[in-house]
Amino acid sequence: MTHEHPHGDHDTVRGWRRWLYATNHKDIGTLYLCFAGLMFFTGGIMALGIRLELFQPGLQYWQPEFYNQLVTLHGVIMVFGAIMPAFTGLANWMLPLMIGAPDMAFARMNNWSFWLLPPAALLLVISLFVPGGAAAAGWTFYPPLSLQDGMGMDFAIFAIHLLGISSIMGSINIVVTVLNMRAPGMTLLKMPLFAWTSLITAYLLIAVAPVLAGAVTMLLTDRHFDTHFFKAAGGGDPVLFQHIFWFFGHPEVYIMALPAFGIVSQIIPTFTRKPLFGYVSMVYATCAIGIMSFTVWAHHMFSVGMPATAQLFFMFMTMLIAVPTGVKVFNWIATMWEGSMSFETPMLFAIGFVCLFTVGGFSGLVLSIAPIDTQMHDTYYVVAHFHYVLVAGALFSLFGAVYYWLPKWTGYMYSEKLGKLHFWWSMIAFNITFFPMHFLGLAGMPRRIPDYALQFTDFNALATVGSMLFGLAQLLFVYNIVHCVRGGVGKASACPWDGANTLEWQVASPAPHHTWHEPPSEAIVRRGLVAQALENRHE
Amino acid sequence: MNVEHGVHDAPYFVPSPSRWPIVGAVALFFFALGAALTVNKVAAGWYSLAGGLAILFWMLFGWFGDVIRESQQQQYGQQVDWSLRWGMSWFIFSEVMFFAAFFGALFYARSIAIPELGGDTLTRQLLWPDSQAAWPGNSAPTSTSYTPMGALGIPAINTAILLTSGATLTWAHWGLVRGRRLQLICGLVATIYLAALFLALQAYEYHHGFLDLNLTLASGAYGATFYLLTGFHGLHVFVGTLMLCVMLARASQGHFSEKQHFGFEAAAWYWHFVDVVWLLLFVVVYWL
Repeated sequence: MTHEHPHGDHDTVRGWRRWLYATNHKDIGTLYLCFAGLMFFTGGIMALGIRLELFQPGLQYWQPEFYNQLVTLHGVIMVFGAIMPAFTGLANWMLPLMIGAPDMAFARMNNWSFWLLPPAALLLVISLFVPGGAAAAGWTFYPPLSLQDGMGMDFAIFAIHLLGISSIMGSINIVVTVLNMRAPGMTLLKMPLFAWTSLITAYLLIAVAPVLAGAVTMLLTDRHFDTHFFKAAGGGDPVLFQHIFWFFGHPEVYIMALPAFGIVSQIIPTFTRKPLFGYVSMVYATCAIGIMSFTVWAHHMFSVGMPATAQLFFMFMTMLIAVPTGVKVFNWIATMWEGSMSFETPMLFAIGFVCLFTVGGFSGLVLSIAPIDTQMHDTYYVVAHFHYVLVAGALFSLFGAVYYWLPKWTGYMYSEKLGKLHFWWSMIAFNITFFPMHFLGLAGMPRRIPDYALQFTDFNALATVGSMLFGLAQLLFVYNIVHCVRGGVGKASACPWDGANTLEWQVASPAPHHTWHEPPSEAIVRRGLVAQALENRHE
Repeated sequence: MNVEHGVHDAPYFVPSPSRWPIVGAVALFFFALGAALTVNKVAAGWYSLAGGLAILFWMLFGWFGDVIRESQQQQYGQQVDWSLRWGMSWFIFSEVMFFAAFFGALFYARSIAIPELGGDTLTRQLLWPDSQAAWPGNSAPTSTSYTPMGALGIPAINTAILLTSGATLTWAHWGLVRGRRLQLICGLVATIYLAALFLALQAYEYHHGFLDLNLTLASGAYGATFYLLTGFHGLHVFVGTLMLCVMLARASQGHFSEKQHFGFEAAAWYWHFVDVVWLLLFVVVYWL
């Protein structure tokens, strides 16, 4: 494997240059994941600030203006700073390993995608200190409120532009890597499912990130250049913003869910020691979601006024998109059926994901019913719903992924005992935090308000206690990672999991700086595919 | 697919560590910071904006310079070529979606928002005196009245110019493929000339719109969609022209072979994309 190549100076860059000038997909993946972790705690502290204020009725800690800034930044940072970069980081780290590619297709652009994120985060942080404070119109930036905000909103708009450029470049990289860099013998329908979901996610992001850029550009010109896109006083319409925003926003929901589906589809077969049930139907379900997610956006807008036919269309489409998602849930369960299961930490998070994401899916179905949504719109029921999808969904899958691949990244095994403690602690604290919000919403408590009526006190106090516990549990997560990086409970073999058959487990642990410089041989690829039941033994 | 275009003939080109991405990130940070400050009339914003732009140009020269050098040294195998093709196609797709947002705004304002504000409703009377639910309309809240831009005249001429430029560019490409360097260079020069003509005419059209027709960004939903759609298109024409200039410089230095010239093709794809957007613009913004 000592192939002579003209650019043998890959490894000569050390120190800070290694990270600033990086072209290695593993280094860039690490950068993405660390950045996402940092943002997770930044957004998390804001969430705790929100819960602190809501511990009891009345105004305790923050002025309402600052409370609104907290809510806005919490949303923006968690969505664009934590969840999305974490998935991109995983794709960076794992895709080339899993499909047998030497690196991402555009290694330099990859680094630009990452390094646009810290400037965007910096702009958001600076915006807290400009006159008028940070953007306070919610992460959805609805006008007219977003037209009235101070200069913090402009910082948020340009931060979104940077995040959008980063997303588009990162996504083009993922799509091209998956389409053009697969090992010989790995056809599209033989890729690991994580590659499939990353591909569809990236395609969705290329399609909708520019639309968001357009929406915030119109906000900017409405704010400063006298246009009337969203001002009824000039023939525009604030509802237009909602349409454009949610045309981005609903695919965005799947951008944060599909990679999670992919991760869970890798973890569950491994720990059930069985091939994934219904691989092809999983792929079709992913593609179906990729198309249908463009046809459901106005279910976020049932209460703003729409013709009945439009309400019916979006209501039925929303119910319909639950079908491919249901296909996935049933396939995961069928994979577990009669498998020889073991419950290591990644598997616990995957099972937790399946259970709680399904709860979030069902509350989503409830909200899809237009007449019910008219009641629930902008209540805590919605808050409960999307936190089941994004925390117990996206975030739990990320936790699972980190524990699943930590041995490959660090070469050491994490402490299973502490990993399981992290899972159960998070699981319980999560439900204490967010389950009561269903009841609060049904009882009519509105979201994005720092104060509330007395009868909501008990559930709010409970949710705040839960959130503090959840925050504490994440310190354990950090400890687990640091512990593992520093040696954990011992060295990890190349394939520490019995049932793992994808290509990343064919390279050493920790993965060498450069892998698959020579693509894996067809025999190696074939062996893995046979074990995953994607190819016949006697083909 | 991979097996066909040679994983086996050459290892995939993985670039060495490079300073350009981080330089680009710094550039866009100062650009964004400067823009946010400038729109709020903070004087210091200009320095940040200009500094960011300068760093960005430095980065573009350096980065594309590296790419051109690597390409000239034959470091890009066929698989890299395919990556570039896929990459450029998806980039153009993202650009299409960017314009889709503004076209969507235009269709929405025109067929939903304006009719809804119209009629003899109280809403319409409350908008501003003499407001009418018409497209393109002729009155707006801030500027008392404006004249919409006609389709004949400059816009029609510009359509002809852009269509011709698409043809001259294809003629240049034929020259490249058949090894006629002079035809390539003449075709590129003609295309760039037409592009510059287009931009000049559009600048004149804006001048005319602002001064003679009182058509500004403040001219209601019509003025807003008109200027943002044509403005972003003009910006893309400008970027496309820069690409063509780089291709001209490379062509006259003897770059590109009959078989391998994706840089030229990428610029041509971009140019045709800009062309198609203009046709849509001409039909729905100016004509209908």
